[in-house]
Amino acid sequence: MDRLKLVLQYFQSNSESISNGICIVLALISVKLYTSFDFNCPCIPQYNKLYALGVMFVPPLIFFFLGILVNRHTGVMMEEWLRPIGKRSKNPAIVKYMFSAMMQRALLAPMVWILVTLLDGKIFICAFSMSVDPNLVHYNILTWTQTQTLVLMAKVPCKEDMIFRNSTFRKAVSRYVRCYSQAIGWSILLFFILLGALGRLIKPCFDDHATNLQTRYWSNYLDIEQKLFDETCVLHCRDFARKCVVQFFEGMREDTVLRLPLSPEVRYRGEEDMVDQEEERLHGITKQEQMDQLLQTWFQCKPELDKSCSSEYLNMLGFRLASFA
Amino acid sequence: MDKFRMMFQFLQSNQESFMNGICGIMALASAQLYSAFEFSCPCIPEYNYAYGIGLLVIPPIWFFLLGFVLNNNVSMLAEEWKRPTGERVKDPTILRYMFISITQRSLIAPMVWISVTLMDGKSFLCAFSVNLDIRQFGNSTLIEGMTEVEIVKVLAKIPCKNIFDQPELVSREAASRYIKCISQAFGWVFLLMMTFAAFMIRAIRPCFTQAAFLKTKYWSHYVDIERKLFDETCKEHAKTFAKVCIQQYFESISGDMSSFHKHRSSKDDSDDDDDDDKKKSDEDKLLGIRDQDDMNKVLWNWHTCKPPLALRKEQPDGESHEGLIPNGDVHGVSGGPNGYANGHTPDLPKREWAVYYSKV
Repeated sequence: MDRLKLVLQYFQSNSESISNGICIVLALISVKLYTSFDFNCPCIPQYNKLYALGVMFVPPLIFFFLGILVNRHTGVMMEEWLRPIGKRSKNPAIVKYMFSAMMQRALLAPMVWILVTLLDGKIFICAFSMSVDPNLVHYNILTWTQTQTLVLMAKVPCKEDMIFRNSTFRKAVSRYVRCYSQAIGWSILLFFILLGALGRLIKPCFDDHATNLQTRYWSNYLDIEQKLFDETCVLHCRDFARKCVVQFFEGMREDTVLRLPLSPEVRYRGEEDMVDQEEERLHGITKQEQMDQLLQTWFQCKPELDKSCSSEYLNMLGFRLASFA
Repeated sequence: MDKFRMMFQFLQSNQESFMNGICGIMALASAQLYSAFEFSCPCIPEYNYAYGIGLLVIPPIWFFLLGFVLNNNVSMLAEEWKRPTGERVKDPTILRYMFISITQRSLIAPMVWISVTLMDGKSFLCAFSVNLDIRQFGNSTLIEGMTEVEIVKVLAKIPCKNIFDQPELVSREAASRYIKCISQAFGWVFLLMMTFAAFMIRAIRPCFTQAAFLKTKYWSHYVDIERKLFDETCKEHAKTFAKVCIQQYFESISGDMSSFHKHRSSKDDSDDDDDDDKKKSDEDKLLGIRDQDDMNKVLWNWHTCKPPLALRKEQPDGESHEGLIPNGDVHGVSGGPNGYANGHTPDLPKREWAVYYSKV
């Protein structure tokens, strides 16, 4: 039970690690989906390329949209981007940072799909077997016409056809195209890894580290603030409902009871604490109109960040808090 | 407070993740059902289409309705829709929001079934094999001599590997590959469209209605929690009601009422302090509802006339607000339950309490 609490606490404390976890899960799902998908090349000249390229590019698009959907930060970013200025000025750098982080995470699963496709080679063979010159594989079909050659080459991805009973030709062409496909796959992988490494190494030379820290801090703050607001609303909701129900019961009483109040000492201590706690949690919001106003204002006019509070803390850390803008 | 927060977070996320869990289980069940189901195309021209398309369309409808059945919030939605206005105004946006979120969850399992069916291709093959252009896949010299009916019969047999008996006429593999490829293309396009629609709804919605959305989310959550708390309170009340009823019955039989009251009236700390506390908390739990008619009135009015969303203020330190006061000892010094004011309107006596209390 303690371990579970620890794990939960870890996940709750770090929303970035939740996003990373989801991102990785999506990448694994994309690999699993590829292996379980029954790829079925039509082996007809007009449709091969269309089908194969469709299977290569449509699932990444789906995974990209999914990646944006399941990311919690999408909502936070959209809200921050769209809110009216109100009492809190807007900092476009934060929205940009959140957008780039979200994009990077959303692009992982599509890249994994494309790479797995290329490294496996089936789709490439289906798409490009017709572009192979049969003479390249030393197969002599000079007597065939252009169309017949095309039809033959289009059938290469399909093993079952009787035409390939003598199948060394088919295997040769497949191997040739697969080798191309794998080469492209490995190059793309190498390119992205190099890009990532270079980016990591060179970025500090160009970026203002302090501004970076501020941007990261405030985007984390926005995330946590929204979570806490949702939590507070939930707690408030529960207390509001409980009070409403209790008052409803009491309002239904037929007989009226003359209650003789006791001296304070005998009053039930625990209940008083509970009543106080409940009052505290309600924060004085006890009517529908008040709650509606609160929720409307939360979006239209977010409260200002108390600069004295935060600047003290950050000064402690040695940073100068210029402003939120 | 931190512990409480963590537990609450867990419970709260648990509630939502419970609904999402049901959603996910149904999606897995639909995929599993498809793979366990033995698809057997009739391979007869008149029935192929009906069987193929029926298998594509009817199970999703069934899963959709099952999603509604399994979702607890459906009855909550119906109740909120049908209740008389009473003291609480009805907000149609809340009803719309609840309906939309229930529908979204119920749509996942049907979507999974349709995608899996299309990706697999068997049902498309069964439904559309008769629409193939046989010249594309067949041996044209042999086809020339055949009538339409015979051609259709041959085409209808394509989905069935075991009974297809004319491989020299039509290449079965090529034809089924072709149809399967179209089916898979449809499947991917369907998935793309659904994902794009979900993306537009989730990611682009904040552009339009964020403030109103916060409001409807809060109040629909409120309706849900209020209903649960009402059920809990009723259960607690029933338990306490029964307990007190049985206690009073035993006491009336044993004739021990007087000694019971002597006990209760003593205000000194005694060993029966715990008992006192327990009886006090029983009285609290009864919330003043102590007979059948009152309880019936509570339950009747809960639906026909819901209370307004405006809490009365509680000031236990003696200012003259109307409201509840932590219950004192009900049976008090006057002894017996019959000495209470009766028949006044609810408002007046409450004010009397407050005034009396402030004098002490």
